[in-house]
Amino acid sequence: MLFDIFKTFFKIGVFTFGGGYAMIPLIGAEVIDRRGWIAEKDFLELLTLAQSAPGPIALNTAVFVGYKMQRYAGALAAVMGVVVPSFTIILIIAMFFSDIRDNQWVDAAFRGMRPAVVALIVAPVIGLARGMHAALIAVAAAVAAAVWYWGFSPVWLLLAGAAAGALWVALRGKEAGL
Amino acid sequence: MIATLCQLFASYLKIGFFGFGGGYAMLSLIQNEVVVQHAWLSEAQFADIVAVSQMTPGPIAINSATYVGYEVAGIVGSVVATLAVCLPALTIMMLITRFFMRLHGNRYVKGIVGGMQPVVIGMIGAAALLLIFPSSDDARSFIDAWSWILFALTLLGSLRKVNPILLILLSAAAGILIYGVF
Repeated sequence: MLFDIFKTFFKIGVFTFGGGYAMIPLIGAEVIDRRGWIAEKDFLELLTLAQSAPGPIALNTAVFVGYKMQRYAGALAAVMGVVVPSFTIILIIAMFFSDIRDNQWVDAAFRGMRPAVVALIVAPVIGLARGMHAALIAVAAAVAAAVWYWGFSPVWLLLAGAAAGALWVALRGKEAGL
Repeated sequence: MIATLCQLFASYLKIGFFGFGGGYAMLSLIQNEVVVQHAWLSEAQFADIVAVSQMTPGPIAINSATYVGYEVAGIVGSVVATLAVCLPALTIMMLITRFFMRLHGNRYVKGIVGGMQPVVIGMIGAAALLLIFPSSDDARSFIDAWSWILFALTLLGSLRKVNPILLILLSAAAGILIYGVF
């Protein structure tokens, strides 16, 4: 059983290119449809939790499913499954990267990739900011400036945001129907 | 050496613990720790590892932990950093699963998550700004008109839900053609 959990999340780890959101359908297909480990309703609830808890969504989902199956050992097996493929691949790349980075072809490829990476990061900002209240967009812009320009650690800004959110609920939450 | 390993462990524990909002939001957190506070990587190396993580499987937080760990302290370093970045998620999610399932729907939890959301979006914006306007020249993402064309095409593709790995591979191929062949 533990090995099955490891194997399933290993597979998920190998095929989750492009990070968190891209892998959700893949995790669903494995743990709901193929293995029948958890019900679809639980899975959807889990996704909201996995997205609001800190840490990579892939990892959070693995902990949840593994823990539900086999408690601590299950959670550990699932996490190992997700981490081992990415760890191995990056370790191999790290070992050889500095030797090939200055090669003219590699360098040319990276010159092409860099602006594309920026575009991939900008795209979700546009998606998320759409439909947001203007005041919150102003907050987001101020945070971006503070982190980028003044080198503020995002940790303090996250804590301030969390405190402001809790305070808002305490003062105004009832009126807002929360 | 032990001191470095401890710093590495503490940094990635922090990144794991405050890694709200997924990979792109964590970038500015990682950059702040790894480039600004500890100078383990240069801005150019950081930009490289972000590009590499787009093409390799796994969350960027784990990818960057393994890579930075190796750069700083070899294989031991990569194990230490990867372990550290996973620990908070492991503990917090187990606690949530075990005790706090009922907190789901709690209005304070909603308020806290809602309050962090604009911060998370700002952190993603900061990650983009850091890559667009780095302080050192060799880390620049935009070097000529071609860069802006590749940026615009990738943005368009991404908004239209084209697979991001495909977009990265295409831009790498375009880079080889533009800067290597011609």
